[in-house]
Amino acid sequence: MAATGTKKLSELAKTIRSKNAGVDLITFDIIFSDRATYERVKRARVLTRESVQRLYGLAPGRISDFVEFDPANAIKFTIYRLRPSGGPGDPDIFGAQQYAPLLDIEVPDA
Amino acid sequence: MDSLRIICPNGHLGFAPLRVESFRLGVAARPGCIAADSGSDDVGPIPLGTDTSTSPLAWQTQDLEYMLAASRQLDVPMIIGSAGDTGANSRVDLYVQIIKELAAKHRLPRFKVGYFYSEVGKEDLRFRMRAGETVAGLEAHQALTEAELDATERIVAMAGVHPFIALLRQGADVIIGGRSSDSCVFAAPAIHHGFPENHAYYLGKVLECASFCAEPYGGKETVLGEITADGVEVTAMHPAQRCTVASVAGHAMYERSNPYFEHVAGGTLDMSECRYEQVAEKTTRITGAKFKPAAEFRVKLEGAGKIGERYVGMVGIRDPYTIAHVDEVMGWARQQVRERFGDTGYELHYTVYGRDGIMGELEPLRHRPGHELCILVQGVAPTAAMAEEVCMTGTRQMFYARLPDVKGSAGSVAFALDEVLRASPAYRWTLNHTLRCDDPLELFPTHMTTAGG
Repeated sequence: MAATGTKKLSELAKTIRSKNAGVDLITFDIIFSDRATYERVKRARVLTRESVQRLYGLAPGRISDFVEFDPANAIKFTIYRLRPSGGPGDPDIFGAQQYAPLLDIEVPDA
Repeated sequence: MDSLRIICPNGHLGFAPLRVESFRLGVAARPGCIAADSGSDDVGPIPLGTDTSTSPLAWQTQDLEYMLAASRQLDVPMIIGSAGDTGANSRVDLYVQIIKELAAKHRLPRFKVGYFYSEVGKEDLRFRMRAGETVAGLEAHQALTEAELDATERIVAMAGVHPFIALLRQGADVIIGGRSSDSCVFAAPAIHHGFPENHAYYLGKVLECASFCAEPYGGKETVLGEITADGVEVTAMHPAQRCTVASVAGHAMYERSNPYFEHVAGGTLDMSECRYEQVAEKTTRITGAKFKPAAEFRVKLEGAGKIGERYVGMVGIRDPYTIAHVDEVMGWARQQVRERFGDTGYELHYTVYGRDGIMGELEPLRHRPGHELCILVQGVAPTAAMAEEVCMTGTRQMFYARLPDVKGSAGSVAFALDEVLRASPAYRWTLNHTLRCDDPLELFPTHMTTAGG
């Protein structure tokens, strides 16, 4: 249950996606429909390099980029794969289904 | 020329067919060029390694046919990059052949077909390395060693605008490119016609995935880009799609680690000062992009190396006790493989759907498996016979796993298929590197032929 005044990121974002960025990286985009919602999520500090590291259990250094991209009302981060895409045992060669844990991030009211 | 208009009907031509309605509207706008990229490293290392396409020949041919018919009718260049998914030499030859066959089929008047190759010979690269050249690793890859080179089956270099421009100067009506940066397929004709590099590379960046820069979401629809001396405008051709500030800026992020920079052979497109403006209902205007030439001309290399032949198996588990001890079930089966084949010389992979099959070590919920699991088993070995036995042992021995307190003693797993299936060979990306070149064209020999007539 979301606490009073909080919303899940999936309720606030227009797009939450993941995709290969080349063979060594997976990049995540969280895009908002309007500037106010984007600013609310930024202010809440629930989507930061540190929170992503915790959520995905990433070792320090696994995040290559973390960008708040104002022109698109978007937050974007990129992680290193442990092995390049498409080798045997890689279950997601396009990196397209790695975003699900982001959906339930709780965003407190502004 | 005050402006050049280019339509892009498809991002990764061949992977899924273009949509005809918006393409016809794009052609009706009388563009000065029709261009598309046809490759991606997203498809994994197998097509490059095995020298095949992952796209069906029928879809490749269909899209090339639409584009060729329109470009000959308008008498404007048609440009294809990264032919046949990988841009390997055999894929370039395949596309040139398709163009010639289509020209004959439609009885088209004679026209010039330019093409260039992108493959880099292993011995050429070894020679450069021994002469002191560092083949630098990108991202997670280390600098190339001769051992990794030996493990590599095939290498392609990523062309920039240069071979496309060379062929346009020679009067090519159709260009079939080897492996190329997507954006350069579109930037090349713009630069060829004298438009500023700043806007030309941005034009390529925004057009490369066709309607992915439009909203609402819907791929494989045609978009039209127009470049002038002052900027770029991009317009959705599908009646229900628009290019908006949000959709265009959002696309700058797609498949890139960083939304501000795009690296190509010869430089970097810097989008950090881009300004986006809605100038019509379906059109967004972009200014402020900067192309920064690189101090050193480096070309990206992609290489795939074979690991071995591969078989796959599949089992299901329903008993909650067995699910809670699934690592021991897989451990038992792995131990049987080890006793038969030793510790090395093969690979055995388990993917546990219902627990962490899709995200692996990134899965936050892996301690809460579902009430049933499906386990995909992959056996990889130097020969098909050995791969089959590795996979069969690793699959079937799960049936015999010895769990101390299990109630069901007649079999630990469920088989939907009591067999293992031959899969494509296993490959891995060995090269994700860059190489310094003295001449932008040295890795990309260009050729000219004719079709039709």
